[in-house]
Amino acid sequence: MDKIIKGKVWKFGDDVDTDIIIPGRYLVLTGEKELAAYVMEGCDPEFSKKVEKGDIIVAGKNFGCGSSREHAPLAIKGAGVAAVVAESFARIFYRNSINIGLLLIESKDIAGRILEGDEIEIDMDNGTLKDLNSSEEFEIKPLPDFMLSIMEEGGLISYLRNHLAEIKAQ
Amino acid sequence: MPRTMAEKILAKAAGIEEIDAGKIVMANVDLAMTHDLTGPLSVAAFKKIGENEVWDPEKIVVIFDHQVPADSLEAAQNHLIMRKFVKEQGIKNFYDVGEGVCHQVLPEKGHVVPGEVVVGTDSHTCTHGALGAFATGIGSTDMAMVFATGKLWFKVPETLKFEINGKLATNVCSKDVILNIIGQVSVDGASYQACEFGGETVSDMSVSDRMVLCNMAIEMGGKTGLVEPDEKVIKYVESRSNKNYQVFTSDEDAESLTTLHVDVTDLEPQIACPHNVDNVKPVSDVEGTPLDQIFLGSCTNGRLDDMRVAAEILKGKEVSPRVRMLVIPASREVYRNALEEGLMNIFVDAGALVCNPCCGPCLGGHVGLLGPGEVSLSTSNRNFQGRQGSPEAEVYLSSAAVAAASAIKGKITDPR
Repeated sequence: MDKIIKGKVWKFGDDVDTDIIIPGRYLVLTGEKELAAYVMEGCDPEFSKKVEKGDIIVAGKNFGCGSSREHAPLAIKGAGVAAVVAESFARIFYRNSINIGLLLIESKDIAGRILEGDEIEIDMDNGTLKDLNSSEEFEIKPLPDFMLSIMEEGGLISYLRNHLAEIKAQ
Repeated sequence: MPRTMAEKILAKAAGIEEIDAGKIVMANVDLAMTHDLTGPLSVAAFKKIGENEVWDPEKIVVIFDHQVPADSLEAAQNHLIMRKFVKEQGIKNFYDVGEGVCHQVLPEKGHVVPGEVVVGTDSHTCTHGALGAFATGIGSTDMAMVFATGKLWFKVPETLKFEINGKLATNVCSKDVILNIIGQVSVDGASYQACEFGGETVSDMSVSDRMVLCNMAIEMGGKTGLVEPDEKVIKYVESRSNKNYQVFTSDEDAESLTTLHVDVTDLEPQIACPHNVDNVKPVSDVEGTPLDQIFLGSCTNGRLDDMRVAAEILKGKEVSPRVRMLVIPASREVYRNALEEGLMNIFVDAGALVCNPCCGPCLGGHVGLLGPGEVSLSTSNRNFQGRQGSPEAEVYLSSAAVAAASAIKGKITDPR
């Protein structure tokens, strides 16, 4: 996992639900690249064409609410999005994202202060997020240690491959 | 120390004496459910771990409900993946295309009992807390971990208890109660929390009406819905399951418990308006809104109680020619019972279209999709933009009673 993540911002509002991220009619698809072709179609049908590798999504509260469909973080990851920064995340989406290795960053009061198209830099070691256009700096909420180790080991599948025996013995 | 139901069940599942809310525990899973839409990703993730056999085929249930029968080659392919997995792993608890919606079939077939930890790759798995189980929705990769190890980590939730009192008026339903609550607390007002429902109104409710409350806990961000098991639940469970069970209840003075009081005495039927479940208004505010489609069904309101309420209102009446009405019983058992009670005759005579048990238009991926500009009234649980088809369509959510009354008029109508 990179310790410094720098990318261009795409802005979304509060309560972005999983039907907006990937509508139900595409759930028959399972590959992240296939799903990426429809990412965010629920609110912006052109998003999949505009978003570029390394871009960052910035949103308000309760990002990813709704369904348990892992297709949602897969579609975002498949589109090359480096991280999603939001004021808060819905629970199942949060777990799913970490499990598949999509970086999520929680930070308060960012939604109104970071603008679409801004360049932001996330410093995982220092726990900060900087808007390079406005030079404004924000604190980020650290991932719980347990989730950080899943993330650092490349997601839950790799984590399980490394620790299967000890988990089974617990 | 005084504890909540959620804390007690998770402590038992983790094999420890006591556990505080906020702590992370590795718990043993008693029941793992997956379906045709999220199952294939779970199977793919399981195979990537490199394990050949699941931890316990007896504790896994596979149910096809989202796209049944297959409506596309992709869906058929997904069904084949799951049938192969079921066969190679020796999973006996497999319900193919004919049985119904997972959250109805799972309790109906006796898989859910009080005191167990139930996980499912579907966010509405919280429904099963109506039987006193700790039940929660998980993603496919988490399910792969459960398949491989029988364990999953949980952050022990705090509990938000809704103490509901007052007698509901005729044709005011448990759906109106939960919509009213979600309208008050908002779509993330119970984030990461266990939502417990109690009080005299809940005691008076049938098991299926309690399932409606728990089903929609996720729509306010809840991790699970819970109701203390009483005689009604025990009777339901014992008539369907021969599994051992353990009843847990919350201690009133548990530290992680917050109680909210709700009085439903004068409650009007409630409608969740587009495009968020917390955009809730009393029916009188939106009465007369013209409709194109009405959907009676889903894991929220596709049970026999709902069919009875709707049939009572539709008896001898006709669905307005301005609308189409889809009636989708939540399971084969509900379908058969509704047939035996003559309810299906009422729907068919009224001009409604009765479909096979499935999730229907709720997820916007199978039957009954909405076109641009169309408006739907649905007894399901989500009205997100684009949920039932076109992003330019609108979905209103209501009880079965409002749906039936509105079908007759072709517009949103108070059933009282």
